[in-house]
Amino acid sequence: MSIMTYRQALHDTLRSEMHRDPDVFLMGEEIGLFDGAYKITAGMLDEFGEKRVRDTAIAEEGFTGAAIGAAMLGLRPVVEIMTINFSLLALDQIVNHAAKIYGMFGGQARVPLVIRTPGGGGQQLGATHSQNIELFYAFVPGMKVLAPSTPADAKSMMLAAIRDDDPVLFLENLSLYNTKGEVPDDDIPAEIGKAAVTRRGSDITLIGYSRMAYVAAQVAEQLAESDWLDIEVIDLRSLRPLDRETIVESVKKTHAAVIIEDDWLTYGIGAEIAATISDGAFDYLDAPVRRVAMAEVPMPYSKPLETAALPSTDDVIHAIRQTLDAVGRRRYPMGEKS
Amino acid sequence: MSTGQRTTVAPPKPGAHQTNTLAVAAEHLASTDTAAEKRSTDFYRQMVFIRRFEERAARAYTQALIGGYCHLNLGEEAAVVGLMAALRPTDYLFTNYREHGYALTRGIDPNRVMAELFGRSDGVSKGWGGSMHMFDLEKRMLGGYGIVGGQIPLATGAALAIDYRGVDEIVMCTMGDGTTNIGAFHESLNIAALWDLPIVYVVINNRLGMATTVDKSSAEPELYKRASSYRMAAERVDGLDPVAVFEAAQRAAATARSGKPFLLEVMTERLRGHSVVDPGKYRGAEEIALTQERDPLVTFAAHLVDTGLLTEHEITAINDDAVSRATAAAVFAEASPFPDVSTLFDYTYATPVANDSHRLPGQPLFEPAPFPEQEATR
Repeated sequence: MSIMTYRQALHDTLRSEMHRDPDVFLMGEEIGLFDGAYKITAGMLDEFGEKRVRDTAIAEEGFTGAAIGAAMLGLRPVVEIMTINFSLLALDQIVNHAAKIYGMFGGQARVPLVIRTPGGGGQQLGATHSQNIELFYAFVPGMKVLAPSTPADAKSMMLAAIRDDDPVLFLENLSLYNTKGEVPDDDIPAEIGKAAVTRRGSDITLIGYSRMAYVAAQVAEQLAESDWLDIEVIDLRSLRPLDRETIVESVKKTHAAVIIEDDWLTYGIGAEIAATISDGAFDYLDAPVRRVAMAEVPMPYSKPLETAALPSTDDVIHAIRQTLDAVGRRRYPMGEKS
Repeated sequence: MSTGQRTTVAPPKPGAHQTNTLAVAAEHLASTDTAAEKRSTDFYRQMVFIRRFEERAARAYTQALIGGYCHLNLGEEAAVVGLMAALRPTDYLFTNYREHGYALTRGIDPNRVMAELFGRSDGVSKGWGGSMHMFDLEKRMLGGYGIVGGQIPLATGAALAIDYRGVDEIVMCTMGDGTTNIGAFHESLNIAALWDLPIVYVVINNRLGMATTVDKSSAEPELYKRASSYRMAAERVDGLDPVAVFEAAQRAAATARSGKPFLLEVMTERLRGHSVVDPGKYRGAEEIALTQERDPLVTFAAHLVDTGLLTEHEITAINDDAVSRATAAAVFAEASPFPDVSTLFDYTYATPVANDSHRLPGQPLFEPAPFPEQEATR
């Protein structure tokens, strides 16, 4: 076990997988000479050479499609799309091709491809560079969409993604890259399609993924102290397939749920979770399921506006308290907080 | 635009390649050995089979035995057979959605091609693809693709894989004229040229993207010239002459084998509408008449008879054989069973995965809780 950042865990895993399998190679804009826009691939051009660390032209559709074609012939490309916003330029290749090729040809061709890309707002990057649009890919059968929130998961899920024979969209997050955590030394791939209960509790279920799973863990610790609440936290980890069972089993126990997400509310990932709870735990609910999501605006540049648009820990705490208040299950002294 | 302009291959510009017409091919044939003669008659046989197969498919479509879209290679037979003859069995082929003829000429069993059109389990893609998505790993036909231009980045990536592994193979990627306006075309040619990939891009120019002419869609209507933006070698060839196409495709393939991409523009005719259901009313009678006059089956047959390679009797026999094989394919297809509905969830993922949804429409996410007994007995 070592302590390292999410960035380091990704970097080390990519390196070890390239040493393990000569068919694994990297493609993307500025991943070589520039070391990657977020330095995940730092030093790898020197170590592996231009054949396996390929700086591409600014042509997301072209190079993502080329990676899919190379995967069809059995290579295992790991593509970096600089941010998830730019993946829209490759949408046809990802949705109409990567996700379809196995089924459309009756199982004759596999696409063992990983697309690594960070989402995330809060960096004052404005409307076109702050989106969380993983939903677009999680909507599509044929895609696998992974969203690790910890350095340990960054490693185990990257191992799983590279060794899987299907196209995987691997969602990273700008504000997670510097977070630290324990990472096992062994190379044990995660099981794709499984959520994790990252904190056991009985009062309410708090559900998130990627940055919001990190926020959820923080909020749970904070409210344990301030509100004497015993919160169960679920990190979704896999957005497609979605582990509905783990969500429903938790809510059957806690009788209440708050979902927190970095994407927009309407039609968002949280809507699917809420529908899942409605279907699987309707009789167990004490309160309506609450969702905390981004304000439905193009992300503004100016700091106060951006901060207002993004879900904060206070927003999450408020939603939890309101949910429990509504059914008389608040535990801390009334009148102390809003 | 006059039909005269449309149906004439543009004259060569200084510095551009321009290749054989039928006249040159005739001269060429007269001076070569029996292998070339046999090749020509083989080409004719393959062309006739594509024609009869496509006509049989069109009939099945009108009988509602084939669904969806159905784009035919009618008028493009010479281009198809010439191109396919330049490939080795180890080379890879990516095409657009007008690909039945390519699948047949590449050597895929016609029964399985027709069965795919009929949506049957013996289809080349097991009934999952249909007319636009023929795939056969053994014949290295890596797909017809329904999205215009979608196949181009994929084919480029296949060439990247060949280059990565250092094997002696190439990729051929066909597309229609309208495709040269899509971003994927330009991004891919740029990548292939930058990375010296072994790929031949082929533009089948029938001058019509559905009803929109090349002149109305392409600011550079001499499409092969677009390669010059990427310093890529290119050539335009008469696609009504299979021998000319074959020779040009061989030059293109040799370039690709040497590690450089190539753009080959093949000037063809579309004898009918964009797809089976399109009556093509946007084309004038005069233009259609001219197109039919230039029908490669008719002109190549006449040429083979004139040069003494085939007799009228042999032409008839070749036609009869093609009709009977196309008919047999339709009979096979109709007898083939539809895929079992229990296989619906078999091809979402290659690696089985936890929590993959196997729900049919209307099924609940979770089994509803049983109705309380007390309530039920009331």
